[in-house]
Amino acid sequence: MKRYFPWIVLAGAVLWVASSSRMPKSAPGDFDISAFGKLPVLSEGRNKPFDTVARNALLILRGKQTLRLDDGRTLSATRWLADAMFNAPLADSYPAFVINNPEVLGLFGWEQNDRKYFSFSELQPFFERIGIQGQHAEKIEPAKRTPFQTATFNLLNSLVVYQRLKNSLRPEGAKDFSGEIAAGVKTLPAGLEAIKRRAKNEMFDQGAFDSFAKLTALCETMAEMGYVLPVPPSRGGAAPREEWLSMGASLLQTISTGELSPVAGAYARAGDAYQAGDPAQFNRQLGELSGWMAKNEPQASGHAAYEFLFNRLEPFYQAMGLYVLAFLVVCASWLGASRSLASAAFYVLILAFAIHTFGLGSRMYLQGRPPVTNLYSSAVFIGWGTVIIGLILEKIFRDGVGSACAAAIGFLTLIIAHHLAGSGDTLEMLQAMLDTNIWLATHVVTITLGYSAMFLAGTLAIIYVLRGVFTRSLTKESAQSLARMTYGVICFATLFSFVGTVLGGIWADQSWGRFWGWDPKENGALLIVLWCAIILHARLGGLIGQRGLMVMAIFGSAITSFSWFGVNMLGVGLHSYGFMNRAVPWLAGFVVSQLVLMAIASLPLDRWRSFRGARGPSAR
Amino acid sequence: MARRFLDFISSLKLTIVCLSAAMVLVFVGTLAQVSFGIHEVQERYFQSLIVWWPAGSQGLALPVFPGGHLIGGVLLVNLVAAHLRRFRWSWSKLGIHLTHAGLIIMLAGGLFTDLFSVESFMRLAPGETKNYSEDFRAIELALIDGSDKDFDHVTAIPEGRLKRGGTIAPGSLPFQITVRSFYQNAQLQPLEQAGANAAPAATRGAGAHIALSSMPHATAENSRDSAGAVIEISSGGAPSPASDTWLVSAQLEPQTFSFAGKPYRLVMRQARYYKPFSLTLQKFTHERYAGTQIAKNFASRAVLNDPERNERRDVLISMNHPLRYRGETFFQSGFEENEAATILQVVYNPSFIAPYLACVIVSAGLLFQLTYHFAGFLRRRKSRSAK
Repeated sequence: MKRYFPWIVLAGAVLWVASSSRMPKSAPGDFDISAFGKLPVLSEGRNKPFDTVARNALLILRGKQTLRLDDGRTLSATRWLADAMFNAPLADSYPAFVINNPEVLGLFGWEQNDRKYFSFSELQPFFERIGIQGQHAEKIEPAKRTPFQTATFNLLNSLVVYQRLKNSLRPEGAKDFSGEIAAGVKTLPAGLEAIKRRAKNEMFDQGAFDSFAKLTALCETMAEMGYVLPVPPSRGGAAPREEWLSMGASLLQTISTGELSPVAGAYARAGDAYQAGDPAQFNRQLGELSGWMAKNEPQASGHAAYEFLFNRLEPFYQAMGLYVLAFLVVCASWLGASRSLASAAFYVLILAFAIHTFGLGSRMYLQGRPPVTNLYSSAVFIGWGTVIIGLILEKIFRDGVGSACAAAIGFLTLIIAHHLAGSGDTLEMLQAMLDTNIWLATHVVTITLGYSAMFLAGTLAIIYVLRGVFTRSLTKESAQSLARMTYGVICFATLFSFVGTVLGGIWADQSWGRFWGWDPKENGALLIVLWCAIILHARLGGLIGQRGLMVMAIFGSAITSFSWFGVNMLGVGLHSYGFMNRAVPWLAGFVVSQLVLMAIASLPLDRWRSFRGARGPSAR
Repeated sequence: MARRFLDFISSLKLTIVCLSAAMVLVFVGTLAQVSFGIHEVQERYFQSLIVWWPAGSQGLALPVFPGGHLIGGVLLVNLVAAHLRRFRWSWSKLGIHLTHAGLIIMLAGGLFTDLFSVESFMRLAPGETKNYSEDFRAIELALIDGSDKDFDHVTAIPEGRLKRGGTIAPGSLPFQITVRSFYQNAQLQPLEQAGANAAPAATRGAGAHIALSSMPHATAENSRDSAGAVIEISSGGAPSPASDTWLVSAQLEPQTFSFAGKPYRLVMRQARYYKPFSLTLQKFTHERYAGTQIAKNFASRAVLNDPERNERRDVLISMNHPLRYRGETFFQSGFEENEAATILQVVYNPSFIAPYLACVIVSAGLLFQLTYHFAGFLRRRKSRSAK
């Protein structure tokens, strides 16, 4: 039984993953929302499925990727988007806007109660006030805004995004949009004729002229409002184009060429069917659209389908859950001194790592980029790097310490990533300066692995200190093996931080002709290298013993957190692309916690429970 | 005594002290960038022997911390001394030796770069040709003799010489220039707006209608000093109080005067670095990702013309793809609104090879050391568990 125990735990974990990643199927007679979610559009510079558009928009509006209605039902982001795009009056009543700031509620004369989500209809009477306050806030630098200004600015932005989404595929409130388009196309020649005659001051058909002008104005408004570009380039035909177009722009083109894009037509009909409550027709139009996309835009269509799958599987959430499980199992193995529990934890950790890797790889595939391109992905990658090193440590030392650290850091970094994702698309396009795969793959990856190792060394040191001070479990042997691990990981960190920093310098030299510019991010990296050098030399010179090494390793975590996040908060220099104000208290809290741990580590040795009496290790 | 000094200078403790001081300096220097800007911080913290506090004041300043050059210099001496004294050949130490040899090259190279590299910029409007780049901060006073119809005779007086004041008599000019006053940062105002008791800055040219006042040294990130000076142009001998004075400032258009029947132009401008070749901007492009304001690429297409080497070719300078020519690097650093002009940063760095070399050596050293010890560790572990 005991021999099979780890495998049973692993099988349980696999089952959990499998059950939570089942694809929801829509009932046969229902709107096929998944098919809608898979369709590719161009938004913020890249092709993505409607599902991603919906999730990111809902993150902006609501801070979450799902929508909970007042009656307790939960809508998926795609469902919400379909309602907003095709059935605006219904979506207007959803509580899709979050307002956390009591002053903003005060602006509307509302008291803060237990509600924080509001609907578009509820906010409608206050648009003018929101507009005035929001535009005022817009003129102020983001870092200098008060919480109230930030909140009104965000609310205004959310309302604008929502309005644009509603008018992206059809004009809000249109009843028979495909009919209107068809009628417009039919009367085109008459309208054009009327315009020509009017320009020549001849008699013209006022009715044809008016309907033509109305149609044009409508298309222009839609082109201006369109948040996504759903119409792919036409290859061949009368006017071949290279760019994706908004619905409005595509219809404007119809006006000038007389040809209606099949995609625009299908979206108009699908919208009508959705509004009329006709699932069969809706699904038929979506089928036509996905067929057309697969044939004419195979790459965009394939990527969108993959991204849809990736969104649904949520690999990072699953990995997070498994890391927690692995950590708990390791702790249990320590309490019961059980080998088989330790193996079980190791297996669960490998499963978590595999899923983490799948997530990371999927992002790389979708973006066509090395793993780290922004702050979000750096968090994902730091966790991934730590887990690898932790697994190797576990393989060598087999005492659960490597597993515990890997699980803890893997979980924490994914939590951090989760909170960094709040600002929208995490697969965003890269600023011109970062548009270079070679350096992203070398400099950024090495430096981030250096961060991983620093955090791992710090965590190992924390285990040493906590075990030593608060328990009797830190024997001479376990202390020595922890010290070896910490030292080894610091050596690894030194190598990667140094090489990463120098590679950054070489990138700078290649691109800007200078190796070093004392930019804050460069300095942050240099601080890590210097600190590693100090640790190694102090140990070499016998200035520190085991305990000193641990104290310094913990401080290493604090320095690394400063280089990773802190320098971005200064808002100066070439690397300030990931400006983060909200994280300031968290960073400060982390640094303080590390300092407290260092203080605990500095308690006199007779206060350490493990070292009381003569059997303690020769720590200094 | 000498022996004790040698012990001290090659000691491991000194290494640790230097590294720790470097950390403090880098940390403080990073935070200081928020209020002083990157350039000011570089000069004060990293490219100095001593950090003085308070900074920039005319009065008393105290030396509060060693600057980057001092720490780097001591570290370099310490490294070299330690290795000269303690060098022993062995395989187990090979990685360490390589690492430190690389670091010596890197530190020396860094110091060399700080002392000898020159950064300047070239601003080009479409169609414009230039054979010089301009300094970001330093200015010069140019006296241009345009009497020859084929070329100009330019006499340029550097900022440092103007600052020292006194009389300058360049051999290329038939007159002498006396600096009456020099302002690091000057504010120019039309006389009418400057108040009742304002006096004209000079007797001739634009300065006759302008009042001049001294401003504090600009430290903010996006502001720069605008130097100004009042100079006197005379035929030699003792300057007389009644002779002509001119106000010169980069804010003024070139002024003209004639001396002994020859016309001259007088202008204060960014110091220029002339090159034996020229660049002509053909087109500047600024691409954005479809449907966004995110910059995708900046690129300048230009013609490089080097009559000396008989080279004439098209070059494309874009983000991450600079032009390297004759020891200088031209990279795309910015542009003016509406794509009216491109701004290229021009860097001359004679020791650019040092970091490359150092990087390879140090990385090889660290990698060797890590693998050597890790392998040894695994071997020992294996033999122990076999027992």
